[in-house]
Amino acid sequence: MILEAPQRWVIPAWGWWGGVSLWAAGIAVAAYAAVIRFGSGLGMATHLTDRFPWGIWITFDLCGVALAAGGFILAGTAHVFHARRFEPILRPTVLTSFILYQLVALILVIDLGRPYRFWHPLVMWQPNSVMFEITLCLTLYTVVLTLEFLPAVLEHLKRQDLVAMVHRLTLPAVIAGMILSTLHQSSFGSLFLIIPEKLNALWYTPILPVLFLVSAVSAGMGMVVVESFLCERMLGRSVPRELLTDLCRWNARVLWVYGALKIGDVLWRAPWAAASGHPGLATSWAAEILLGIAVPAWCLGRVAPSTSFARLAGLSALVVGGIMLNRVNVSWWGLQDFAGYVYTPSWTETMITVGCLLAGLGAFVAAVKILPVFPKGEGARPQ
Amino acid sequence: MTALTRRQFLRSSAVTVAAACGSATGWGTTNGVEGASEKPGVLVDLTRCIGCRACMRACSVRNALPESSLLTVSIGDRKDLPRDLEPEEIPAFRLGAQGGSPSAMAERARGVAVESLRFDRWTVVNAEGPEDASLFVKRQCMHCVDPACVSVCPVAALQQLPSGAVVYRQDRCIGCRYCMFACPFGVPTFEWGAAMTPVIGKCQWCAQGPVNPGPACVAACPTGALKSRTRGELLFEAKARIHSHPEIYVDHVYGEHEAGGTAWMYLSSVPFTTLNFPKNLPNHSLPSLTRVALHILPFVVAVLAVVLSVVSRVARPAGETHGAEQ
Repeated sequence: MILEAPQRWVIPAWGWWGGVSLWAAGIAVAAYAAVIRFGSGLGMATHLTDRFPWGIWITFDLCGVALAAGGFILAGTAHVFHARRFEPILRPTVLTSFILYQLVALILVIDLGRPYRFWHPLVMWQPNSVMFEITLCLTLYTVVLTLEFLPAVLEHLKRQDLVAMVHRLTLPAVIAGMILSTLHQSSFGSLFLIIPEKLNALWYTPILPVLFLVSAVSAGMGMVVVESFLCERMLGRSVPRELLTDLCRWNARVLWVYGALKIGDVLWRAPWAAASGHPGLATSWAAEILLGIAVPAWCLGRVAPSTSFARLAGLSALVVGGIMLNRVNVSWWGLQDFAGYVYTPSWTETMITVGCLLAGLGAFVAAVKILPVFPKGEGARPQ
Repeated sequence: MTALTRRQFLRSSAVTVAAACGSATGWGTTNGVEGASEKPGVLVDLTRCIGCRACMRACSVRNALPESSLLTVSIGDRKDLPRDLEPEEIPAFRLGAQGGSPSAMAERARGVAVESLRFDRWTVVNAEGPEDASLFVKRQCMHCVDPACVSVCPVAALQQLPSGAVVYRQDRCIGCRYCMFACPFGVPTFEWGAAMTPVIGKCQWCAQGPVNPGPACVAACPTGALKSRTRGELLFEAKARIHSHPEIYVDHVYGEHEAGGTAWMYLSSVPFTTLNFPKNLPNHSLPSLTRVALHILPFVVAVLAVVLSVVSRVARPAGETHGAEQ
């Protein structure tokens, strides 16, 4: 495979140490915030109210699973569609996915009023509830992701015998993962079907599950490019650039589909009263469409092997940002009219979220350095 | 190869069967609209309410809620976190206050009730509406015919009894607050001040125990503003009242169709849109909006399992054997 010599940002030693110190300080503050949350309860630790019972932790969960979608997309591409050339970027993507899903599960449990009862949905079934179905899916999907990432760990532990055994489970695991992902990515959108009177008409639609699924596919692919860029610039790990270029061109196609669905849905439902009555939300919606879909779809469709990595990453970051904005609109800002005010998170809520992200980042960097995640030939000579 | 496809088929079948069994357990299913008219209901005639709040007191006693919850507390935007208030911080309990302090008037103007439902205050009575046309409005769980909260609870902590009453099972609740998110009337409230054992609070129609002597509030009301009958009888009576006194009543029974119909229904002399009833409620049940999205899932699983298994066999390049990935 062609691996160009990785270009790293030159970061002075004090920059690294400063970053590590910030990381440690962030973790420490987050731990303190967690003590407040568990010691004093949600009332003291959050700005949630009876009128706004869900806040940034739910929004974080929505963003997290959307960004983690790269796992099932690339695994399916490599193993089900047998496009083996994507294997070099499969392990970093599965690692990202695995870590993000753990963070999502962690924040989900922290958000519960009774976190120690997190296991209840697994034994107290209520199949009419979308949240019940999501809980089951996420539990099973964690098993799938573990199976998909296990070979990297086993290789590090030099247990080749177990590697062969796990490899036989890979294809059924990947198929199960694609099914489970389709289910829960769309179900995260179905969560909001029950509130037609609360969610602003710019976003409320019966096809919300479909929009969530398609946008997750796009966000997942975008995240692969962004994460590959950062891994090269900061950790010196590289992957074949043409894979990312292919991914970008495919992302453009998915974005056109997503954009067509969103525009078509809005034209059909004609929520002009909701738009004109709230210019701030209308602007946010327009930003989603223009900056998150139209601009990146146009530009990503025209990338060539000569396109700079920074440009690929920048456009992909627009995609990821646009879909995160969509999740924020659907789960947070779009609910303000019914609630009568906009909830803003407390510092404890924010720091717990940041702390989880920092922990995930630390786990990612540690895994990349210790385990065989990136393809061998890192820093290989160009052909 | 064949072993794989069989495995996939078995897995998808198992999921389908499990989903069907789960639906058959009955948890989370609601009574639905059929037969709703034979089930109990309560008619709240706002023209007869004098704001005495005897219903609030009776509810508090019957359900063993703390007496402190009856005192008038301004919730506002909740920057004042739940805590024990000093005696001088608690405004005097104002009986039938229509004017009130400037802050109370401002709160009403914002559409916020001066007394809100709370985890330990399952019914409230407030003056609502514009200054020159305000009514006392009793608020509590509407006990919807097809309740959204019952449908969305992942652990069936909210259940609908055969009578239609929606009750809360504290031993199952995980505190996810989806019920609060889904309820169109903003009824379920959360015990934000509890660190590890918060509960959801809401009117349970006094049906949560083994013996149900009938709702305490209806028994306590001195003016007959609250009336218990079957829902069908109450609808008939409500329309009769409207018909015989069109100069008093607005021609609408609130709860007849809203959110698919509620067991607790309202009559009013001012338009409901001027009171703090939620706007833009559809006239069909809310759980009906998610049923398609959920019931389609077993088929999605089965179709994907088959299609992906087939594709993984068909797309395999010649010469590559299963399990040979490096």
